[in-house]
Amino acid sequence: MRLRHELGVPLALLVVVIGALGAGCGGSDDGRSNDNEEVVLVTHDSFAIPKQVKNAFERESGLKLRILQGGDAGEAVNRALLTNGNPQGDVLFGIDNNLLSRALDEELFEPYEATGLDRVDSRFLLDPTHRVTPIDHGDVCLNIDRKWFASRRIAPPKSLDDLTKPRYRKLLVVENPATSTPGLAFMLATVARFGENGWQPYWRGLRANGVLVVDGWEEAYTARFSGAGGSKGTRPIVVSYATSPAAEVIFAAKPGAAAPTAVVDDSCFRQIELAGVLAGAKNVAGAHALIDFMLRERFQVSVADSMFVLPVRTGTPLPDAFRRYAVSPQRPLELPAAEIGRNRDRWIDEWTQTVLR
Amino acid sequence: MDTDRSALTRGWRIAAAIVPAAFVALFFAFPMAAILERGLSSEGGISLPAGTAELLWFTTWQATASTVLTLAAGLPLAWVIGRFRFRGRSLARALVLVPFVLPTVVVATAFLELLPAGYERGIWAILAAHVFFNVAVVTRIVGGAWATIDPASAEAAAVLGAGRIRRAREVTLPQLAPALSAAAALTFLFTFTSFGVILILGGPGRATLETEIYNRAARQFDLQAAAALSLLQLGAVAVVLVVAALLEARAGAAHTLTDEGNVLRRPTRGEWLAVGTVLTVAAFVFVLPLAVLLRRSLGNWGALFTETPALLVEPWQAAVFSVAFASLAALIALVVGGLAAMTLARRPAGAVDGFVLLPLGASAVMLGFGFLIAFDTAPLDFRSSWWLVPVAQSLVAAPFVVRIVAPALRSIDPRLREVAATLGAAPSRAWREVELPLAGRAFAVAAGFAFAIALGEFGATVFVARAEQPTLPVAIFRFLGRPGTENQGLAAALAVVLAGIVVCAALAAERVADGREPSL
Amino acid sequence: MPVLTVRDARVTLGGHHALAGVDLDVEHGTVIAVLGPSGSGKSTLLRAIAGLQRLDEGSISLGGRSLAGVPPHRRGIGLMFQDDALFPHRNVGANVSFGLRMQGAAPPAAAARVAELLDLVGLGGRENRRVASLSGGERKRVALARALAPSPQVLLLDEPLGALDRALHDQIVTTLTELFAEIRQTAVYVTHDVAEAFALGTQVAVMREGVIVQVATPERLWAAPADAWVAGFIGLANIDERGGRSFVTRPEGVVFRPDASGDAVVISAHRDGPVVTLRARYDDGREIVSAHTGLVPPTPGVRVAVAIDRGAVVEVPTTTCRTDSPRTDDAVDGHKRPTRVTG
Repeated sequence: MRLRHELGVPLALLVVVIGALGAGCGGSDDGRSNDNEEVVLVTHDSFAIPKQVKNAFERESGLKLRILQGGDAGEAVNRALLTNGNPQGDVLFGIDNNLLSRALDEELFEPYEATGLDRVDSRFLLDPTHRVTPIDHGDVCLNIDRKWFASRRIAPPKSLDDLTKPRYRKLLVVENPATSTPGLAFMLATVARFGENGWQPYWRGLRANGVLVVDGWEEAYTARFSGAGGSKGTRPIVVSYATSPAAEVIFAAKPGAAAPTAVVDDSCFRQIELAGVLAGAKNVAGAHALIDFMLRERFQVSVADSMFVLPVRTGTPLPDAFRRYAVSPQRPLELPAAEIGRNRDRWIDEWTQTVLR
Repeated sequence: MDTDRSALTRGWRIAAAIVPAAFVALFFAFPMAAILERGLSSEGGISLPAGTAELLWFTTWQATASTVLTLAAGLPLAWVIGRFRFRGRSLARALVLVPFVLPTVVVATAFLELLPAGYERGIWAILAAHVFFNVAVVTRIVGGAWATIDPASAEAAAVLGAGRIRRAREVTLPQLAPALSAAAALTFLFTFTSFGVILILGGPGRATLETEIYNRAARQFDLQAAAALSLLQLGAVAVVLVVAALLEARAGAAHTLTDEGNVLRRPTRGEWLAVGTVLTVAAFVFVLPLAVLLRRSLGNWGALFTETPALLVEPWQAAVFSVAFASLAALIALVVGGLAAMTLARRPAGAVDGFVLLPLGASAVMLGFGFLIAFDTAPLDFRSSWWLVPVAQSLVAAPFVVRIVAPALRSIDPRLREVAATLGAAPSRAWREVELPLAGRAFAVAAGFAFAIALGEFGATVFVARAEQPTLPVAIFRFLGRPGTENQGLAAALAVVLAGIVVCAALAAERVADGREPSL
Repeated sequence: MPVLTVRDARVTLGGHHALAGVDLDVEHGTVIAVLGPSGSGKSTLLRAIAGLQRLDEGSISLGGRSLAGVPPHRRGIGLMFQDDALFPHRNVGANVSFGLRMQGAAPPAAAARVAELLDLVGLGGRENRRVASLSGGERKRVALARALAPSPQVLLLDEPLGALDRALHDQIVTTLTELFAEIRQTAVYVTHDVAEAFALGTQVAVMREGVIVQVATPERLWAAPADAWVAGFIGLANIDERGGRSFVTRPEGVVFRPDASGDAVVISAHRDGPVVTLRARYDDGREIVSAHTGLVPPTPGVRVAVAIDRGAVVEVPTTTCRTDSPRTDDAVDGHKRPTRVTG
């Protein structure tokens, strides 16, 4: 009949479109129905795990590991906060001591005392109630380009105070604490070092001394820092990680003997990376298994090469470059997580006023 | 029984209106409403944070300046590609799309190397990058329209004594006016909501509405301020769109759409100089950043096929995922956008057409957040589904399709439909035989754009992508974020792959559009 | 039985009565020329017949079958526009074969028919030409071939020759006349050009303000126009109102003979092909028009005697007053002040 024919094609189209959507709807794609076979890890962009290690976990636990990655640590935590109570996954990895306080206040995690904590150094244990478990650490420190200083016969800076000296004018590049995690850590380092009344004058001094501020670590390190391999940068002092010199050695275009960069020990700010079971997780048992696995040597051994961080498990063997060049200061600068949580936004605003405007 | 403008039967008309509306309602309006509600119901309501006025001012004037510059830069290229037939034309058209699809991070890094010292950040860098990205919009839309305008009226004017410039001003410009307004509106929209460029090339402290929303929502988790700013942005964008749509409606009378084959001609000897200059400059400007990337990628091509801890799959597989997702997204966009265009084309151009672009004016991070909280419970618990990626990408691509296809459909001489009817063609047949081929070029252009946008989309994808199925922009971003020349080189290699895919796809779309002129 | 019947067709567009009760019968194999000034509703009538315009009231039937509710693509009625409306994205052959394809004709059969039609219109062998490369006359022929290809029961032509030069115009009028006769095509031909209507139409239907005021053969129309308005519109001069009655004196029945004692002086002479239209003014101021076909027509300024054949004088009903304001019949070149006709 005419009517049927003329309605037929558009109706069919409608059905196809809806069907295509519906086909994706049901089934195990949404990760919700097969709770017992899958554990979902929510994390940031810098998370990395070698395939063999992932396979090992899946073999041992009998669970499939699905990973949801996006943004930096702060963004990942914020996404978890957004979906608090009905989370996207079971475990959140990548929250650090700077971001901890708010998450704990909002009851983002369920406590879990992982097996393997006995082999973790006590300085990493931030929460006695085990709502979060430390997995790795990687302090944020100033990195310097050794070749640059050597070729000009200038002594590289030894501490934060040095940076305001005229000798180091226009040599420093830092990241904006509002937009970058290492930038934030560095700002907190100055607060820790110079105190509530002293850190702003310090930054005024840095500003007068020609500090360059960029938005992200990528730009600071790979485009501005002269010591990064293949970089056209002109500044020999950058805010980066304690493990960056080791990374330079590993990824050098021409594998050399000595690290081209070094860390300014006195400038390091503690950065511990933690994991926790998200409140409302569908697969709590799987979450426990995953966290336990992350504390085991199999995983801890891989963090250096994969994520350029250092393991928390004592006695974990390190790759050669890390052993020689990565730094883990005994007494880095730090601030209590609660204090950071209370003041961070205000400090960032004040920093913006002092340095950028 | 009389026929209405589009000769569609009721069945088609209903589907044409319902499907796009439902799609937008479910995947855009609903999540946006959810996240806005969450933000605005916190303490503070709709109060805007301090400094919003300066933010709005900067956002507006940099977008205006960018639009003007882009139009100025794009018109010569649109003229060359729209009027002349020459060897390599298809390639030129395809190449123009490449900047559009490259992730801003990659392009910005290339720009940092290319721009003279002291200008790498700040307003000039922003404007340069905006022009670079958006020339594609002007060239393809205006050039595409130019190629279908019957030269008869310009020739008539010439015979009546109008010189070149006079003709250009009084005949060609009015005929191009709809396409120009469309291109200007789109460019303004993109630059107004520009994110990566401002973030990287603007320098610290330089912020627009979009980047500020991102800061507040994703970094500071201040949903109230983010929601208030989002409302402001949506409102500002809506105003701009309505104004642009009204201007375009006033300017655009239906002119006869003629086949491109009837319009293109080889340049005269004198014109070759102009054509050659434009092409050379364009090639230089477009190819230079790509050359920089290529140089950076050398030596890392082998690593595309090796495992790396940064990605759960081998890097080359990201290309496969990207193409798959983008193809699906383009298809969805063509269907949804095409149906919307069919519905809109039944009326003369008006304010409604402007609203089609509204999803582009919403912040990607807010939309992504909206996905997370709106699609978290049954029966709508598909926030972790793989197909949400192409859907999110198609949301950004579909408005394009509408804006490119609707004017083309409107321009079709209604007599042609009537003749087809008297020759025995039922309305849907007439649509297939007459309107679709005449609008075919527009569909092809739209398909190319949709694919390119979906391929380069990053903002919303980040929220719904799964690590086992990374797209190229996601992979590039990940490698850029890791130290070591190897990783940077790999990122550059992937960027070159991304560029290559776009060029191939655009060339293929050209081929499809040109394969017409059936005989008996 | 007429092939096409229109009964009391009424269409109102935007408050204006485009069709105000049209009745029309078209016999098989005849060409009806619908003649009328701009705005008389001719195009609306065509569109209504084709199905592109809905009737408010009235009916149309084709071959005895009512067309109410039948969409245009099922009517079997062809249409040719003034501006051709050729499909720009297809070549000549594809244009012509379009209707055949819609009918589901097999490609070889379609190709044969296309060739046949192109020969018929004088464009044999040009199937592969691009539409844009055709001249104006060629485009008309292709449009014609395209409309004829699916063998429509009725072919409608909407002022198809409006934009052509005189020679081409006449040539195509001849082509059309011969063609229609040869294939015995039933056609409705709309025009505002009187000569065209007279040349093509087996019958001429004069249309004014939405109604048909007279249907007759060209000869009958000329000899006995329905009223003074029709007479004026078709170009009859010498319309004279006397005591409430109107009289028309056909110019071909008026002869001017050069005579120094005549009572009129020739004031203008216009040649239109073989006929010279002469206008003379009587001494008392009246004017009269004569159609002269001799070899040596009188020139302006010559005094003449006027002889009028009795048979050339026809009484016509005075035009009934219409409620609308007087229209400017711009197609009429003979609209003159009524003149006194001497007996």
